[in-house]
Amino acid sequence: MKFAVEMRGITKRFPGVIANDQVDFDLRPGEIHALLGENGAGKSTLMNVLAGLYQAEDGEIYIHDRPVTLKTPRDAIDNGVGMVHQHFMLVPSLSVTENILLGLDQPSFFLRLPEYHQQIALLEERFGLKVAPEAKIWQLSVGEQQRVEILKMLYRGADVLIMDEPTAVLAPSEVDELFDTLRSMTEQGKSIIFISHKLHEVMTISDRITVLRKGKKVGELVTKETSRGELAESMVGRRVLFSVAKSIKEHGAAKLMINDVHAVNDRGVKALNGVSLNVHEGEIVGIAGVAGNGQSELAEVITGLRSCISGTVQVDECQISNRSPKCAIDAQLAHIPMDRTGVGTAPSMNITDNLIMKSYRSKPVSKGWSIDQRESVKFAQQLKDDYQIIAPSLDTHVRLLSGGNLQRLILARETTSDPQVLLAVHPTRGLDVGAIEGVHRLLLEQRDAGAAILLVSEELDELLSLCDRVAVIYEGEIMGIVDESEADQIGLMMTGQRYPLEDIFSEGLDAS
Amino acid sequence: MQAESVKRRGIPVRIFTEPRIDVPKWLPITVSVGAIVLALLASTLVLRFAGESHPFRAYSSIAKELFGSWGGISDILVQATPLILVGLACSVAFSMRLWNIGAEGQFFIGAFAASAIVLTPIVPPDAPRWVFLPVMLLAGFIGGALWGFVPGFLKAKFNINEVITTLMLNYIAVEWNNYFIFGVWSEGGFQMSPRFPKAAWLPRLADYAREIPQFSGITIHLGLLIGPIAAIIVWYIIYRSRWGYEIRLAGDNPKAARYAGTPIVRNIILAMMLSGGLAGIAGMAQIGGVVRRLQGSISPGYGFTGIIIAWLAKLNPFVVIIVSILFGTLTLAGREIGRAGLSMLIQGIILFALIASEFLLRYRVRIERV
Amino acid sequence: MDWIVILHAGIASGTVLLYATVGEVLTERSGILNLGVEGMMLMGAMGAYWMVVNYGNPWLGLLVAMLLAGLLALLHGLVSIHLQADQVVSGLSLTFLATGLSLVFGEGLSKAGAVALLPRITIPLLSQIPLIGPIMFTNQSIMVYLGYLLAPAVWYFINYTRPGMHLKAVGEYPAAADTMGVNVYRVRYQYTFIGGMLAGLAGATISLAVSPGWFSHLTTSGQGWIAIGLTIFAQWDPLRAAGGSFAFGALRRLILDLQGPTTLLGLRNPFFYNPYWGFFLKMIPYAFTIVVLAVGSREAVRKRLGAPAALGIPYQRGQRGL
Repeated sequence: MKFAVEMRGITKRFPGVIANDQVDFDLRPGEIHALLGENGAGKSTLMNVLAGLYQAEDGEIYIHDRPVTLKTPRDAIDNGVGMVHQHFMLVPSLSVTENILLGLDQPSFFLRLPEYHQQIALLEERFGLKVAPEAKIWQLSVGEQQRVEILKMLYRGADVLIMDEPTAVLAPSEVDELFDTLRSMTEQGKSIIFISHKLHEVMTISDRITVLRKGKKVGELVTKETSRGELAESMVGRRVLFSVAKSIKEHGAAKLMINDVHAVNDRGVKALNGVSLNVHEGEIVGIAGVAGNGQSELAEVITGLRSCISGTVQVDECQISNRSPKCAIDAQLAHIPMDRTGVGTAPSMNITDNLIMKSYRSKPVSKGWSIDQRESVKFAQQLKDDYQIIAPSLDTHVRLLSGGNLQRLILARETTSDPQVLLAVHPTRGLDVGAIEGVHRLLLEQRDAGAAILLVSEELDELLSLCDRVAVIYEGEIMGIVDESEADQIGLMMTGQRYPLEDIFSEGLDAS
Repeated sequence: MQAESVKRRGIPVRIFTEPRIDVPKWLPITVSVGAIVLALLASTLVLRFAGESHPFRAYSSIAKELFGSWGGISDILVQATPLILVGLACSVAFSMRLWNIGAEGQFFIGAFAASAIVLTPIVPPDAPRWVFLPVMLLAGFIGGALWGFVPGFLKAKFNINEVITTLMLNYIAVEWNNYFIFGVWSEGGFQMSPRFPKAAWLPRLADYAREIPQFSGITIHLGLLIGPIAAIIVWYIIYRSRWGYEIRLAGDNPKAARYAGTPIVRNIILAMMLSGGLAGIAGMAQIGGVVRRLQGSISPGYGFTGIIIAWLAKLNPFVVIIVSILFGTLTLAGREIGRAGLSMLIQGIILFALIASEFLLRYRVRIERV
Repeated sequence: MDWIVILHAGIASGTVLLYATVGEVLTERSGILNLGVEGMMLMGAMGAYWMVVNYGNPWLGLLVAMLLAGLLALLHGLVSIHLQADQVVSGLSLTFLATGLSLVFGEGLSKAGAVALLPRITIPLLSQIPLIGPIMFTNQSIMVYLGYLLAPAVWYFINYTRPGMHLKAVGEYPAAADTMGVNVYRVRYQYTFIGGMLAGLAGATISLAVSPGWFSHLTTSGQGWIAIGLTIFAQWDPLRAAGGSFAFGALRRLILDLQGPTTLLGLRNPFFYNPYWGFFLKMIPYAFTIVVLAVGSREAVRKRLGAPAALGIPYQRGQRGL
């Protein structure tokens, strides 16, 4: 057996785009093969074809050298291919074992759970995947839930595992554990496809690397024989310089002042532990960190959507924490929320109604108790033109807009009033390259216009290229704030290391 | 957007459904009318089963009876009057996606409060009409609003499911009324209050038959006027006012409403109160314009019909009027046949046809040969 | 007032609620909200009684009651599962349709006179248990005993069997169930049907056992709506549903009986001397439901319990779940 998986000339089109264009890919038994590329390069599409979720228009797939047609996820798993998606498909109220048994023919009626708990414990032991089989999913950490997803595939006899951006949701220590697991699986003959856009992870874990760019395969490299620079270049298509045109002008006064904020998350667990941070006029400050380290809670506290236990948030002179979202809006704080459809827009309302969401209280859109129809349409039309929101008309429901258009709508609404402070949470997530550039340009424009911008993102490159300073958040605390010259410290801080290290040194000296 | 396909074994066609991006203007009305016609055809079958040997003849005689004279049309409009107001009440609540199933109870309490004005008496019995009617109207509104406040408050403050609280409050409202009908205000042991003084009646066209003979037998009362006026006000509030915008925003996406800085807790309570108040006015109009006393059987389930009217009208206040007239016709038609369940049954069939037809508005269905 | 008589009757009338509530629990656990319980119960009550009047066999009556109500539930299923209609509106429409049907086809049944009813049984040994025996196991309808078995059986089914596990998965996270090869649509139809059948049984229990006869819409007198309330109160747990049903049944009986005696706890019984006060007594069960719900909701929030996450949301393959 030469290849565990071989894909030849895979082409997959979506309306308006070619997601995969004649892509070849192969996976040798027992190897970890990384699939590298920027967001939107077609990595997930290619693997969804292999997992039976999408059908390619063209191309062949061989599994263990046999040609196969994969119409459903079931077909894929019957051929030994299992995919662990970024969004976990686990039922929160069921136990680990139950989630693994879901949809299988055995047990046929009575669950006899203790028996299966034991089987699963054995499987866990074999691959070093520790999680209590009796535990309910909602009690588990994200890392543990991922292990359940892997176990689900292993239990079904998968010997080819596709991991779709598995580290995106993990804390650094969990990443190490995951890598240990992946290695132990390959030692036992499993083959793994590792989808990622993070260079250092790919360098650490993979044996070989296939790079995709704009739907095409642009390189296949052996990890040992390549370097981060070479990978970055082939991924982006040009030499990567870690800087863009930054403002030379001096920053003004502090506009957004976050002072020793403590808060809990939805489960009542402490999520923010004394966060302090100032953002000045004409400055972009980035918040870096692995997802789930308090970023969303921080954003919610700032915008008044979540109350904090102690501490204050101020815009200029105005105290906005523990008051209402309206207070923050009145203080001219604009917010580009992480969840565009769930929070940022009302999907079944039209474009006009969505555009006036922040300005319906003030003139000219508001007229006494009513909303001035003519003015609001005028206002909306202006924004639609200025920000190039593409839609048949202003009466179009926003749920019909594409991701990029939706984000332009939100940006238009939030930036048109020239806010004092702009809070942008993952503003480019899920957008294509063109739309990302547009968002970046707009943020820079706002900065030049004097806004104080706080940018939360997981894309380090994005943060480094846009921000004047980057603060790293870890378990609800700011580990340190650095500028470009100290960028290499960010990775360390994301694992919980403080920077600068003076304090620790001096403590050490005192002790000796 | 992905097209879904359903393959039927043995049939050489594939049925595709795909979400519609935009709905042509003519489609909703065509589909709705088509659904109603189909439902009436299906109803003939049921009528046959139920022992009506000539369903079509029954239809036509009913139509002649109802539309053949001014009296018939006026009866329809009288029937539609409370439905319009209750339908508007439900539209307000549903705009914020609050399931007010309690319009029935709010109707009863509105009727009670208006009666209390007359029977306690709060307004002296010899007061003129222009004193009685506005005070009764206000009382009806406040009574209903109070009955809407309770579930609104529980929902807003403690997130208690409003479907159940409004439902339970319906039963409590009925018992409350019964206490007064059977006990406090019972007229000679009968289960009804004494008749209101004339000044507390909503004037009817028939009252002016002496001046204008054409009006004789026309039972349309002033309440019919309240309906369209309320519709205009509700339309303005929901679709033109800032508060209405907040309500619609919360109805579509509560998180976005919070994000936009709207006071959700206050708005839930206010929306439920406005909703209840409108249903209360319906109760007031019914006893002031039709029964002229408080009694037990003042509503054959107006509150529940109102839910369906609001939904069928897509919460549009003006369409509520049209749909209410349709339902008024159906109710009277059932009464013409003279069998209690029949109108409900036919209403049920029409409803299901309309609900099912909605699918055609959301999806384009294509059938292709394979 | 004889407490044993009250509780004995309370158990019987609670059994009606038990069937309807357990049925609704199953339906809602699959993610389908069916507000048409009242209508389906009426249909069951009418169907069962009609069968007995015409064919004299109460067992056939039960079967017909289950079938009729189940078919009506399937109509709601079709509209809300495949046609993705609003489930509140569809459920209310079902109430109209089913109430209409039962009234039309039940005409004349109220004058039917005495008919064969479901048997009443006393369980030999269990009835000897002091207190519990005379209340629960003496001269109760067969439906009461079936009810005792139903709730724990359904509880076991939901928690300890494969189909029960699939049911929970479909109601919680249909997309996850679907990707693992569970047929979400089929499961939802199944339990909508079963829920309807149990509502039909509840109706038949009224007309053939608890308060025999056909009294048009007064036969069920709103118990279907109470079952929906109890479902929420029970937090979708069949055992709690049984407890709630019996408690509610007993409360209703107690209120009826409270107006009978001249003295109450040694005092003049105000409800006897002021018969109109009885209307306030009648409000108690409904007010009680609201209070219980208020308390229950807070507890549910604290314990992170709640409705099946996908309740009332149509599932459509290809849309990312939840």
